[in-house]
Amino acid sequence: MSEGKLSNRRPETGAFYQRDLDWHPKAFTPGYKTSVLRSPQKALLSLDGTISETTGPRFGHNIIGELDNDLILNFARPGESAIGPRIIVYGRVLDENGRGVPGALLEYWQANAGGRYRHRKEGYQAALDPNFGGCGRSITDEDGGYYFRTIQPGPYPWPNGPNDWRPAHIHFSVFGTGFAQRLITQMYFDGDPMIPLCPIVRTLNDPQAAAALTAKLDMQSTLPMDSRAYKFDIVLRGRRSTFFENRREGN
Amino acid sequence: MFQSLNRLKESPSQTAGPYVHIGLTPNFAEITGVYPDDLGTSMVNDKTKGERITITGRVLDGTGTPLKDALVEIWQADADGLYNSPSEMRGSADANFTGWGRCPSGMDDGVFRFETIKPGRVPYPDGRMQAPHVTLWIVARGINIGLQTRMYFPEEETANAEDPILGRVEHRIRVGTLIAQKVEGGYSFDIHLQGDKETVFFDI
Repeated sequence: MSEGKLSNRRPETGAFYQRDLDWHPKAFTPGYKTSVLRSPQKALLSLDGTISETTGPRFGHNIIGELDNDLILNFARPGESAIGPRIIVYGRVLDENGRGVPGALLEYWQANAGGRYRHRKEGYQAALDPNFGGCGRSITDEDGGYYFRTIQPGPYPWPNGPNDWRPAHIHFSVFGTGFAQRLITQMYFDGDPMIPLCPIVRTLNDPQAAAALTAKLDMQSTLPMDSRAYKFDIVLRGRRSTFFENRREGN
Repeated sequence: MFQSLNRLKESPSQTAGPYVHIGLTPNFAEITGVYPDDLGTSMVNDKTKGERITITGRVLDGTGTPLKDALVEIWQADADGLYNSPSEMRGSADANFTGWGRCPSGMDDGVFRFETIKPGRVPYPDGRMQAPHVTLWIVARGINIGLQTRMYFPEEETANAEDPILGRVEHRIRVGTLIAQKVEGGYSFDIHLQGDKETVFFDI
């Protein structure tokens, strides 16, 4: 699983910068109803990272299949493709120090162009697309870069308030270099008027936090007559340099 | 005036939602033919060193109802207390043990299950030894940011008593929420998100 040489950079072993839990959504956000019974009521116990959290799994490029980052084709029958607005999503995985994170596993999933997920528990009447599965994955390159091709997902209704609709979004799961960086988030689309209405977006207190999850349309990277491009950078927790640690070898 | 620290802000978390399986365990979600296997399904092979154990458990909400749409990942050391990670500088971990596993809770019974090995002890930053433990990360619909906790072993009374992290739990009555129960064939570890039996979660 772990692949020694993803880059010439020395392995990172320092402790992580603390998370800003006012910037992240709180656990208890009653506008998002399911959070009411699924949020801890007691305070989190704060710890400086131990080796159990500063280490983490690493995934080799050998797990990635040829079409894993092409959702237009990876579930489609031969010669066919998914229906919907064709887009490219690209960006970099960075840490809080601004450095690219090479070798990071990104997994992404989404509804189809009509807002329908391919999942047994999904009951929305919009049709499934027989050529669209909705999952993909990438491992970032030396600079932390990634890209994938997909169709733009549609908004969909959900049983929260009587008339709540999710903005168009793509879910992302990210592994950095330590298990304490583990992150799941959602990407929204520049200009979508559903964003400020959404109770899940509104679990974020700071408007800048929602902006940080909103991908920008990039006409420079758009392929004429083919696919529009959206740029989405993801930032993982940074680490203190081991220079600052008591024990130079890490902990 | 002063210079800027020029740091970026971490991307804010959002819930994994009810369809997390599509992305993280697509074969479990009946989306077949895209990936050969779901990642994290298998942690051990025939050559893995150490005592084989099975960990089963559930994630329960504030009414005691098991979540049927949670996803749990675990991360642990090998039998000698080494992590299979490039950030592990103390030596090379068992190449036949991944250290990492992923399992959705069952859509009908809410049970997750890991076939793994009992981990060795690893040091705390000040050099004291931690008791054997498995680190868990839990996401689901209704959980806005993934929850971190640990599972310790009930038969490790001496090691648990000197564990630096268990020692940090102010309300001693809560220490038990981090200790698994021995059951036939392995260990059972239920995670209570809320209420009197609430599991201790960490800001790490």
